[in-house]
Amino acid sequence: MTDMSVNDRSYEAGMGDYFALMKPRVMSLVVFTALVGLLVAPVPVHPFIGFVAILCIAVGAGASGALNMWWDADIDAQMKRTASRPIPSGRTTPGEALGIGLGLSGFAVVLLLLTSNLLAAGLLAFTIFFYAVVYSMWLKRSTPHNIVIGGAAGAFPPMIGWAVATGSVSIESVLMFMLIFMWTPPHFWALALFVKTDYGDAGVPMLTETHGRDATRKHVLAYTVLLVPVALGLGVTSIGGPVYMAVAVVLNAWFLKGAYDIWTRDDAAADADNYAVEKQVFKVSLYYLFAHFVALLVEAALRINGIGGW
Amino acid sequence: MALKVEHEMHARRKGRNVGVGLLLAGLIAIVFGLTVVKVLELGDARKFENFDHVARPQIIPDEGSEAASE
Repeated sequence: MTDMSVNDRSYEAGMGDYFALMKPRVMSLVVFTALVGLLVAPVPVHPFIGFVAILCIAVGAGASGALNMWWDADIDAQMKRTASRPIPSGRTTPGEALGIGLGLSGFAVVLLLLTSNLLAAGLLAFTIFFYAVVYSMWLKRSTPHNIVIGGAAGAFPPMIGWAVATGSVSIESVLMFMLIFMWTPPHFWALALFVKTDYGDAGVPMLTETHGRDATRKHVLAYTVLLVPVALGLGVTSIGGPVYMAVAVVLNAWFLKGAYDIWTRDDAAADADNYAVEKQVFKVSLYYLFAHFVALLVEAALRINGIGGW
Repeated sequence: MALKVEHEMHARRKGRNVGVGLLLAGLIAIVFGLTVVKVLELGDARKFENFDHVARPQIIPDEGSEAASE
């Protein structure tokens, strides 16, 4: 990257700068979960229609990321982790981010409507609205539970993928949504316990700072306890089966044990071993979500060959 | 020797133009591909032609051939 600053008006953004507005790492998670939602659905989808639908969901997610960067440019500039994002670093202007966010949102929703159905397009539109308006503009700066409600935006993609294939919402897609929704808080708060953030300096309330670290430890355990029945419940639906259930039982026991360990210790103990348990739980939580969705894919593949399911 | 003024900004601008061109080409390919897939998924092309709003005697099933097939 060349030397530049916000005042360097000679700089013109390149394609890579615009792409960075779309939060590519978040998009990759969205593509994966939406693809699983689409592939495990009982209705087959033409490969090209499936490809375009996933592309639309990814672009919609990217557009909401651009809108988030437009709205949050002021706090992004104050935090180390986000100071190098395109707007605070001066590579793009807020207006460009807003234009790209709104333009791509419309493009993604309309193309998804033409590709699949009204329900899938409506869910995508609602997801973009939820992330950009409900989370970014409203909740993020007003409540320490921002991550709980905000997690819903990241939980919609498998439900949209399912809706692309079936044109409906069912218990399976609701439970896939709930799995990500309930997983997000313990995953994020485990991270918040061992990473020093500067959210407080930027005026963003985080549970570790507003309610204290002990309360955060309780919340990690509480949300993990609530997560377990959702994960196991998904196993007894039409998209579950013995393989999924085996994976879910092992991972939920592992995650629950980690959350319990987090709850039973305090910061003094955590300082002594450099937050080993908190780091371990965060790492497990990453495998946890990935493995559950891979297990759903395995069940779908087995079902095609007549050996999956209950 | 000819003067050549190529600022780094020009390269970035060119990259952006190429990028927009590729995106537009991709959009055309997607819309064309979707059209082909959607029409082929109809199975019977007459379902598609029926939306022409013009009387087309050739797409009306031949009564004789239907009777023969029954």
